[in-house]
Amino acid sequence: MFDASTTYVSLEQDTSLGMITLRADLASDKLKKAINEIGLGDLPAQRQIVSSSELSLGWMSPDELMLFCASQNVADIVQTIADHLAGEHSLVVDVSDARAHFVLKGAHIREVIAKLAPVDLDPTQFDVGELRRTRFGQIAAAFWFSDQTTAHIICFRSVAAYMHEQLIRAAASGSEMGIWSEA
Amino acid sequence: MSTRLSSGGLYIDRSARKSFTFNGKRFEGYEGDTLASALLANDQMLMGRSFKYHRPRGVVASGAEEPNALFNMGRGRHFEPNQRATTTELFEGLEVASQNHWPSLEFDVGAINTKLSRFLPAGFYYKMFIHPRPLWKHVYEPFIRKSAGLGKAPSEKDASTYEHFYAFYDLVIVGGGIAGLAAAKTAAQTGQRILLIEQSAQWGGRALIDGGEVAGQPVDNFVEETLTFLKSKSNVTLRTRAMAAGVYDHGYLLAYERVSDHLPEAKGPRHRLWRIRTKKIIAGTGAIERPLPFAQNDVPGVVLASAARDYLAGYGVSIGDRTVIVTNNDDAYLTAIAVKNAGLDVVAVLDSRANGAGDLGQKVRDMGIRVEQGKGIAMVKGSKRVTGVSICSQAGEGAVLEGLDCDCVAMSGGWSPVVHLWSHCGGKLIWDDRQQHFKPDVNNYPKDASGNPLVWVIGAANGVMTASGCVVDGERCLEGASDAGTAAQPETHEESGVNPIEAVWMMPQGAGYALRSKAWLDFQNDVKVSDVQLAAQEGFHSVEHTKRYTTLGMATDQGKLSNINGLATLAGALNLPIPQVGTTTFRPPYTPISMGSIAGLARNEAFQPIRQTPMHQWHEDQDAYMEPVGQWRRPYCYPRGSETHAQAVEREINQTRNSLGLLDASTLGKLLVKGPDAAKFLDMLYTNMMSSLKVGKCRYGLMCSENGFLMDDGVVARLDEETFLCHTTSGGADHIHAHMEEWLQTEWWDWKVYVANLTEHYAQVAVVGPNARKTLEKLGGIDVSKESLGFMEWSEGKLGGFDARAFRISFSGELSYEIAVPANQGLAFWNTLLEAGEEFGVMPYGTEALHVMRAEKGFIMIGDETDGTVIPQDLGLNWAISKKKSDYLGKRAQEREHMVDTERWQLVGLETMDGSVLPDGAYAVEAGTNANGQRNTQGRVTSTYYSPTLSKGIAMGLVKHGPERMGDVIEFPKVDGAIVKAKIVDPVFYDKEGVKQNV
Repeated sequence: MFDASTTYVSLEQDTSLGMITLRADLASDKLKKAINEIGLGDLPAQRQIVSSSELSLGWMSPDELMLFCASQNVADIVQTIADHLAGEHSLVVDVSDARAHFVLKGAHIREVIAKLAPVDLDPTQFDVGELRRTRFGQIAAAFWFSDQTTAHIICFRSVAAYMHEQLIRAAASGSEMGIWSEA
Repeated sequence: MSTRLSSGGLYIDRSARKSFTFNGKRFEGYEGDTLASALLANDQMLMGRSFKYHRPRGVVASGAEEPNALFNMGRGRHFEPNQRATTTELFEGLEVASQNHWPSLEFDVGAINTKLSRFLPAGFYYKMFIHPRPLWKHVYEPFIRKSAGLGKAPSEKDASTYEHFYAFYDLVIVGGGIAGLAAAKTAAQTGQRILLIEQSAQWGGRALIDGGEVAGQPVDNFVEETLTFLKSKSNVTLRTRAMAAGVYDHGYLLAYERVSDHLPEAKGPRHRLWRIRTKKIIAGTGAIERPLPFAQNDVPGVVLASAARDYLAGYGVSIGDRTVIVTNNDDAYLTAIAVKNAGLDVVAVLDSRANGAGDLGQKVRDMGIRVEQGKGIAMVKGSKRVTGVSICSQAGEGAVLEGLDCDCVAMSGGWSPVVHLWSHCGGKLIWDDRQQHFKPDVNNYPKDASGNPLVWVIGAANGVMTASGCVVDGERCLEGASDAGTAAQPETHEESGVNPIEAVWMMPQGAGYALRSKAWLDFQNDVKVSDVQLAAQEGFHSVEHTKRYTTLGMATDQGKLSNINGLATLAGALNLPIPQVGTTTFRPPYTPISMGSIAGLARNEAFQPIRQTPMHQWHEDQDAYMEPVGQWRRPYCYPRGSETHAQAVEREINQTRNSLGLLDASTLGKLLVKGPDAAKFLDMLYTNMMSSLKVGKCRYGLMCSENGFLMDDGVVARLDEETFLCHTTSGGADHIHAHMEEWLQTEWWDWKVYVANLTEHYAQVAVVGPNARKTLEKLGGIDVSKESLGFMEWSEGKLGGFDARAFRISFSGELSYEIAVPANQGLAFWNTLLEAGEEFGVMPYGTEALHVMRAEKGFIMIGDETDGTVIPQDLGLNWAISKKKSDYLGKRAQEREHMVDTERWQLVGLETMDGSVLPDGAYAVEAGTNANGQRNTQGRVTSTYYSPTLSKGIAMGLVKHGPERMGDVIEFPKVDGAIVKAKIVDPVFYDKEGVKQNV
């Protein structure tokens, strides 16, 4: 029987994550300087995400990145990057409110995600440092791991309720599989 | 009597008793029992009635192939029909009821059909019910529907949960028998990621039942050692109760895991559907024993010889005290030995072969068992239970030589490899004449994307019929499954001491009609040898046609027992070799899987994503009546008290037109388009000129497809020199975003334009009505005066403390602002507006009021006035089509002959003569009929509403020569035959000069 009250990974919706869409020529020196300026090193390679203690920068497509930061810093960071990119074709825009951010924690995050997303979650195939744009059930979503027991999932805010519903079902106590850890 | 023996039973734990009920009667079994073995242990041989003739039926098999023992199981929210007793594990409190009988299993009125069977042959329904035609719908179909079906349909919602699991492997091995285990052991050492699945609860397969030695050790040792090894390997995942249901292209494999069918009290899902991508599949799916076709072979107590051994060795259950074995091969002699060793009586072994069996024959004789060679069964005696058999010569026509009393008949017609997984993706079969079965043709394997074998077969599924051969075949699986796929057909040399099987497709071979019409091929669908022969006689020569005409193999068992016997019978009737007749198509799933497992988590609140605006919960709290708009739910109206929807809509419109209304417009698409070429890009996308739009201004624009048809519309705001914010329709946001990206990525890839979809970043509220400005001024912040924020202008800043962008646009004809704030502030902003608007009697209005108000103004709606065949010129929107631009998407198409045809229907307003509301979609007729004899038409209604503002029905429609015919009256017939007359008028019914929106 489905019981929403207990899940075998912890699940939390976090509203403090700021998100910035950044479209530009990813080979641009100005862009690299801008990214260095805000405290990150190299740009993420294809399907990767790079992080510092406060920021993460994910690869979304050959000309698009998404920057994750504390929501109160969004305006400043947008301004800093836009200033650096002045004169270069680019688009830097706050999209923090467009998406919902869920944090899964626990030993079994891999199998919970694998119940919803058609992604190979074997540690040899997907690990910290990778960001995957995919689907969860019937909606578009992306996810990455910040460590072995913490997964971050983002989806559009209009379907956050659906995402929550399917996550608590996939993680319902009693549905443990023990694929990548003992159940 | 079937009963539990005092000892034996590999699978059961005699210390753990489980009680269950059958048709209300309380029975007991042991942990490890299947429902079938537990029923047999309680002497419940009669388990159901057949589908067509309602004949008494008992269990015939011991596994997934069982056609008879199907039950209604559970109750209420845990009820499920057609549960197979042979694969249902017993649990405490299990409740089952037999199916397909009335009033009771013991006495069934429908059994009269068996007396009428002469008159109910194959094709009876087709022939009988075709004339007279009207009777089909009113008499025959309701009757057949009532009598059809095996189990009952559940009446309550399923309480169990289900889920999916996406899994990826290098290799999936299907079947936990000795071949599969041997294969896994070999493959595990390569380090590949491997999944090994077994459909039953036990590893080892039927080799454990028959015993013997493999790989130099007893079978049970081999199984145990191999399992221990596999469990120690981190690259191997083992799963029991997991059935490979289907193989699909590109290495897609569905596996059906019955997680808690046997633990109904457990938390968690009942079934889990594994959606697997694998590079390679190895099928060690075993083989299924075939029944023999002899008269009355369906009487309860007639079972497969292997099933008799399974029940004895696996569950310590005997089918009867006195068993007759009937066979055309050596394997069934094992049953004689097993029965005898269990201390029970083997009355005789009837071997159809004149030369009898090899070494096993001698062994059986040495045990003192009577063996009759060249003999078979003429007829089984008994109806609800076997009471005896009459013996005949297999070579003859069925003259009875002798009667034998017995209560069990164990039959074996040979073994057919389970080739389903091999065949699902196109693996071919060959006929093995020596073993009398179809088996995989390893030179014609199902291919992966590179042309290499996607599925490989091992063991009995590959036609290897000895235990030691299966292990060898499993061990060398990687050779066959290699990229080259070069392994030779497995060696199936004649084993020494074994006599070959004899082809027996009717027993006795010369049986007359009386016997043939009682010799069952398909137990579940009641198809007999005579039916297939009749089909052949009537011209159904293709095996696929015969299958559908007779229903052979079309029941829930999908013909696992009946297919080969059926097509061999057909081949005989057509006088063709069996391989020339071929098999029917093997389609997934291998055995039925639950509907719940297919849906997975997608039920109740997780059934489908419903898009919600930031104010969604507020609307629900007001009990708004919601309607779907794309995947959004939007308030249609907000009924108060006992108001009807129409009354609510009227109130909302009057309030908005007279004072102040609020609309949650958050669903509108909001696409940010930025770059040095953004203006040029929008000039190509919209029919009108966007490059001339000044910063700070808004412009309504139309977007057409390449073929010229109107696709989307909305207001574009220029944010700065190279940045535009394009509003789209609610349903069009994602489509237009994709449309923009497609042109930018494929056609104009060198244009410097970036697009970002900001639809969900903003909540947007339309503040509408004569008091809109006063309300916003109360909030303070952005100057919303006429001078600072004129009609079709936008401005941004703080509004009542919110980060806002205000657009002075109107879709209602009133003074109107649309305010966008970050979505997280949306609900607070909405509440602030409600508070500020209180003195003006503020009310939210829904989509219906929105529609009516725009129709009163003559504004078009994408999806109402357009349907994919309408161009802007049809809608009188020439003012929004730039004449100056050299090109835009759709321009060339709109110059085609058909698009400039003056006969195209044009948009007009329609006013009924009696003030009534025209039916939506109604057609205006004109004189004469067309080439198809249909009434000619001259127009149709595209939008129609009751207008509270004008107190009458108003409509828009497309009418031939419409704009030139102002004042003409045209006729719209209704479905009830009445005619509504309507006058052609201007489509703008309200404030044509636009004074009200421009204050």
